[in-house]
Amino acid sequence: MKGAGRLYAAVAAGGFRRYATYRVATAAGVFTNTVFGMILAYTYIALWDERPGLGGYDQAQAVTYVWVGQGLLSVVAVMGGGFEDELIERIRTGDIAIDLYRPADLQLWWLAADAGRAGFQLLGRGVLPMVLGGLVFRLALPGDAGTWAAFLGAVLLGVLVSFAIRYLVALAAFWFMDGAGVQQLAVLAGLFFSGMTLPLNVFPGALGELARVLPWSSLIQVPADVLLGERTGWALLRTYAFQAAWAAGLLALGRLIQSAATRRVVVQGG
Amino acid sequence: MDTDTSDSGITTGTDGRDGALIRLDRVEKVFDVRRKTGFLRRERRRVRAVDSISFTVSRGEMVGYIGPNGAGKSTTIKMLTGILTPSGGHLRVAGIDPSRERTRLAQRIGVVFGQRTTLWWDLPLVDSYRLMHRMYRIPDARYAENLDRCVELLELGDLLDVPVRQLSLGQRMRGDIAAALLHDPEVLYLDEPTIGLDVVSKVRVREFLRDLNAERGTTVLLTTHDLSDIEQLCRRVMVIDHGRLMYDGPLTGLHEVGESERTLVVDLERELPPIDVGSARVVKVEGPRQWLAFPAAQSAAPLVARIAAAYPLVDLSVREPDIEAVISRMYAGKTTS
Repeated sequence: MKGAGRLYAAVAAGGFRRYATYRVATAAGVFTNTVFGMILAYTYIALWDERPGLGGYDQAQAVTYVWVGQGLLSVVAVMGGGFEDELIERIRTGDIAIDLYRPADLQLWWLAADAGRAGFQLLGRGVLPMVLGGLVFRLALPGDAGTWAAFLGAVLLGVLVSFAIRYLVALAAFWFMDGAGVQQLAVLAGLFFSGMTLPLNVFPGALGELARVLPWSSLIQVPADVLLGERTGWALLRTYAFQAAWAAGLLALGRLIQSAATRRVVVQGG
Repeated sequence: MDTDTSDSGITTGTDGRDGALIRLDRVEKVFDVRRKTGFLRRERRRVRAVDSISFTVSRGEMVGYIGPNGAGKSTTIKMLTGILTPSGGHLRVAGIDPSRERTRLAQRIGVVFGQRTTLWWDLPLVDSYRLMHRMYRIPDARYAENLDRCVELLELGDLLDVPVRQLSLGQRMRGDIAAALLHDPEVLYLDEPTIGLDVVSKVRVREFLRDLNAERGTTVLLTTHDLSDIEQLCRRVMVIDHGRLMYDGPLTGLHEVGESERTLVVDLERELPPIDVGSARVVKVEGPRQWLAFPAAQSAAPLVARIAAAYPLVDLSVREPDIEAVISRMYAGKTTS
């Protein structure tokens, strides 16, 4: 068990360092997130001027929501761009065969690599847009360490759920030789249902209900709500349970499909 | 536990000694291939990629496994690593059923695919080795020792801190070979290890493999398109085509099976009509020089004696057949029938 822990720790460290080598990409990402954050923040301000208290947020909370979203965008990989591109490519080219004869678990391997990526992007692309946003706008950030810790917990679970979804998307490449279509669908669903475009609280009726119980809400909406102090005490525990249940269910589904897929691997030959 | 010890007395293939490390007994792999034949209509076809192959490889052997594209080489290798489950027959590597205990087997085998890499593309070479250290749970001292040896023999010293994507093909291949050996595997499968390499890199890789086999007794199974790899490394060669084993034996014996011919080049004193000595036929005449073909299995001595007795002989030389030609003749002979 200890040996396995060290292996996946090494994989995660590799994932972290790998993204750390792309400094220009990181800087470009921070720049893009900041610009988009500005545009969205002014849009939200206009919207909340018209409709104060929309979705239960005041204006400062709404602007904070924007910057949390920009900070988390790459961490929870709403638009993709994590391990799945590489995994899909390995499935397509047959390199996946190499991964299969190794004495390591495929899902845990990629989870570790993706956790390393998320760790880097939290520091490299998460913090700076938040700070820059905070310089320009008045943000409703919590003053106590407990809320920040609770927020990190929700982000961690969000990364797990995000990984589990993207793992399923990547495994689809075993059946569709071109994984791009499924990936695009997943990005669209992610952009909308994570709360990236607008907070899910804003959606009325059945659509809102649906959006809030889908797994994508774990990526942005839930961590943002935790940071804004909307979920405390028992509500926080229920929130964690909600995220953890999606993570566990989707990861288990991923394992099931993985074992079906590896029986199939073979047919691609090579 | 499986009951391997009970069947170790049964001899299969050409070598049934107790040292057998790899044992295949009538192993088959059948794929169902579905093909679109029209709108919504599909045709199912069964493809026998490997058709009842039996052989054993003893500990410490270095065997060449050759055949044309699609012959079933890679399918065999995949079954030997446990990635593929055989459709029939019996297969053991180091006493382990590969597809059942893939992870346990992984500790005892090393695999290098010439066209794929196990190395971590974006990170320095040494990071991939650190990962192998953890993945195979190699004790620290042994890891350090093996890494040092590979770095020295494969000349990787200057490359350890270079990201893998910046390595040349030859450097990457050496890096991959090192990665496959850090955990001291008993068997090394090499699939096209010299593909695309320049002459210098090829020589270096071959030398390393020869030393590995001689000094550490690592069993090596090598598939390749480059027959000079086989000529320089393997005493035994197996030829596979259409999923069947066509030949299994020493390299020299391949000539007999392939009905190959050697060439006797004769320099006469002057220009003469084609030599007529029965068992050899003249294939080319160029002034006083003549080329005679005769079966490779036959001795050249009586032929030379007969020519010397009847013709004014100045000089002669014998050319060995090219295995490439031998094998292509073998494929052609068996597949057109």
